[in-house]
Amino acid sequence: MTHPLLRIEDLRVEIAGRDRTVHALDGVSLDLAPGDSLGIVGESGCGKTMTALSVLRLLPPGGRITGGRILFDGTDLAAAPEPVLRGIRGNTLGMVFQDPLTCLNPTLTIGAQVAEPLLLHGSLSKAEARSRAEEMLRLVGLPRPAERMAHYPHQLSGGMRQRVAIAMALICEPRLLIADEPTTALDASTRHQILELIDDLRERLGMALILVTHDLGVIARRVDRVAVMYGGRIAERAPVRRLFTTPRHRYTQALLAALPERATAGRPPAGIPGLPPSLLTRPTGCRFAPRCGFAGDRCRTTEPDLAGGEHSFACFHPVDPAVTRTDPAAAATDPAAGLRAPAAPPERSDEPLLRLSGVAKTYPLRAGPFARRRSGEGRAGEISAVAGISLTVRRGETFGIVGESGSGKSTLGRLIVGLEAPTEGTIRFAGRDISTLTRRELRAHRRNVQLMFQDSYAAMDPRMRVGAVLREPLVIQGIGNKAEQRRRIAELLDDVGLPRGAVDRYPHEFSGGQRQRLGLARALALAPALVVADEPLSALDVSVQAQILRLMRELQREKGIGYLFISHDLAVVRHLADTVGVMYLGKLVETGPARSVLTRPLHPYTQGLLATVSPPDPDAAAPGTPLSGEAPSAAAPPSGCRFRTRCPHAVALCADSEPPVAEPFVAGHRVACHLV
Amino acid sequence: MTTLALDATPGPARRTLAAFAGNKLALTGALVLLALLAFCFLGPLIHPTDQIHTDLSQTNLAPGAGHPLGTTDLGYDMLGRLMHGGRTSLEVGLAAGVLATLFGTVYGAVAGYFGGWADAAMMRVTDAALAIPALFLLVVVATIVTPSKPVLILVIASVAWLSPARLVRGEALALRGRDYLHAMRLMGGGGGRAVFRHILPNAVGTVMVNATFQIADAILYVAYLSFLGLSLPPPAADWGSMLSAGITYTQVGHWWLIFPPGLAIVLVVAAFHCIGDGLRDAFDVRLENLGRS
Repeated sequence: MTHPLLRIEDLRVEIAGRDRTVHALDGVSLDLAPGDSLGIVGESGCGKTMTALSVLRLLPPGGRITGGRILFDGTDLAAAPEPVLRGIRGNTLGMVFQDPLTCLNPTLTIGAQVAEPLLLHGSLSKAEARSRAEEMLRLVGLPRPAERMAHYPHQLSGGMRQRVAIAMALICEPRLLIADEPTTALDASTRHQILELIDDLRERLGMALILVTHDLGVIARRVDRVAVMYGGRIAERAPVRRLFTTPRHRYTQALLAALPERATAGRPPAGIPGLPPSLLTRPTGCRFAPRCGFAGDRCRTTEPDLAGGEHSFACFHPVDPAVTRTDPAAAATDPAAGLRAPAAPPERSDEPLLRLSGVAKTYPLRAGPFARRRSGEGRAGEISAVAGISLTVRRGETFGIVGESGSGKSTLGRLIVGLEAPTEGTIRFAGRDISTLTRRELRAHRRNVQLMFQDSYAAMDPRMRVGAVLREPLVIQGIGNKAEQRRRIAELLDDVGLPRGAVDRYPHEFSGGQRQRLGLARALALAPALVVADEPLSALDVSVQAQILRLMRELQREKGIGYLFISHDLAVVRHLADTVGVMYLGKLVETGPARSVLTRPLHPYTQGLLATVSPPDPDAAAPGTPLSGEAPSAAAPPSGCRFRTRCPHAVALCADSEPPVAEPFVAGHRVACHLV
Repeated sequence: MTTLALDATPGPARRTLAAFAGNKLALTGALVLLALLAFCFLGPLIHPTDQIHTDLSQTNLAPGAGHPLGTTDLGYDMLGRLMHGGRTSLEVGLAAGVLATLFGTVYGAVAGYFGGWADAAMMRVTDAALAIPALFLLVVVATIVTPSKPVLILVIASVAWLSPARLVRGEALALRGRDYLHAMRLMGGGGGRAVFRHILPNAVGTVMVNATFQIADAILYVAYLSFLGLSLPPPAADWGSMLSAGITYTQVGHWWLIFPPGLAIVLVVAAFHCIGDGLRDAFDVRLENLGRS
């Protein structure tokens, strides 16, 4: 392409805060041809979103462009006055943001919002705009668009809202669509559907796309070219296939090596130590040098330039392309490659540690002053969050629970740790029913099971120093005197790889990964036999995820802890879990050895879920038919098999009776489906 | 944030203080308050006067030599009386405000954290109490019991604790759902620890801001009561009773009987409000910094 649609030249952006200035972008250059698609990847805080926002000139307060040009279709957006920008935004330049709820106005109907850009930019009448909006909603796959036009955003699910947001962005048929983490807030199956939709629309409308994401799996098969950003600069720019097969920049290589999908039994995912630069000062030398294992003296003093043609990179010690091809880290993902070796850790035994039988949890639906009367009518007023789950976790094993949001995985975790009491069924820990424990016994039992929170920061009192946070469990349980507690805290910090000086700091001073380490340290303070980890990695960058994963495995090997690992991320579960349970709408539909469940899934739901995973490899397509549609509400679960409404193979029997649990092929691999 | 330096970070209290010191209005409020305290409690050392015995030969003197602010209708030195009366006003106001805040805070935190039945019962009590007009209640109580300083403090506190109680209950309800309280429960911790170690320290910002307004209100209540003649019996005095006594002489133009106590009340209340506003901003700054990762 000779004439680029978008050309960013040496873009510099600064964000001035109260008493500091962040050099968010420092010389970013990009080209995008019409109809072309570009992925921007990197860790958080590396300038991906800032690049996207600069193009729209929607920088956060205090942010301004201090240098460079943004040529969009011949107009320099960096210098254009506000009226010109308004004519471009939402018109020839569409945008989709991460959170579909915050970018929709809750007081306007869907129809009015989708039609709004047309009325702002076009010369269409109201009626014409409405019919165009309806057409657009049909195009983005919103079922019954005519009816939906009159709905408000809160009446739609997250995936549907993101479809509406996309419809809004596309209504004026933009020449360029900028999507900033469009699927990060969505479930795997919805994510897959939305990405397919963007792909499909791009082809049909012939628009260019900039896809900003931290998820390499998302871009692998969706874009033509990729720019890897680090520390406010572009580290590497390459056609997508080249980037995944022969990365040249050491940062790209490290990012790829951190992917759990690329890990093998003998080579766990490798995290990148340290954090991206804070950009408060402009670093000298290569920005990645402090975290790079290959950095030499020159890297620390001279800043490398982005050099090369189609595949350019800014690195003095690039990866030798001949080496990468044979490096297992860069090898194409084999579905079984990520599986954990079956070799048992030393303290693992077959002794059941935790046994759930028929555990159910229903919540009364309370809405308004008539709640009581409604709940009197019976099941109609209840949400069935967990419905009859039986499972066994053995000492020292990792039990992975996977499922979409709303499947009841977190509720199950809360039941197991005892934050809530089950409505039905029993939870036995080491043979004892925990509902029969006395107050004193229950307090002692707390030592056995601990919870690792998704957001460890929210789980720490912001007014306590880390020392006090870690001491609290010891104080409550009355373990040791002050000196012993201090020693124990130092041990814990050593265990999770944090400096001992951390005790005098506050939780907010730590990065996401460090906070998760603190959360793990606190969960381990009482030396529990089981740690329930509820999505402990989902808020972290992939480079940090790998570090925490490795740490969790190491500590398991050392201390023989069992994990109940709740996650929506199949790659992570595949890497960590010995046994996997798949949940759908409060039911455990399939459970068994991780290798068996994840490579030869029996339940159609598991098969569909596995097919939605986008492997970070441009050539690998996930096998099978991905899930379509959305899970029905847990307030009115379908009769019989709860999955039947989305199941491609459903027959009449599925609606009539609940499928029995069977163990057809592999020992321990159980499935609840009529058709197996 | 990337590197963990060796020195400990200043705690939230220290950071709040630093932000407070940077707020000019709040600092002015604090200085005015300090000056008033010094005036009332140290002033008599420099300007000793007899505030017990009346001197009917020296009544209603205009400001002049020997009596910088003149004398009252009973011949007390006005400047000395202002100091003397200020003591009562400040002591009763501060004590009542602090007492009300302490009681209300614990009451609200307990109701909010335990919730359910306890909460419903405890909050109905406050609702009922709030339905009674405060001034009416104060007047009734003051007519039944002979006022003395402790009685005044208790009476005012018994009305004033309702607002911190409701405020802190709301805060506790919000904090109760936080993950760090779940985490604490999972360690085996109980309600006492939750309320005193987690909820109260985290609600301290709200409480302290509210406390300053409580104290200002309590000082005003003292003034109201004394103005209505329901305060400490003479020769004791406070700013309210001084105003009340002076009002008789407005027609005659004895301004020095009204302006000094009136101005003192305005100053002290304004000072407390400035401090409260400053504290609120200071706590907000701290929270803003916490939110940023």
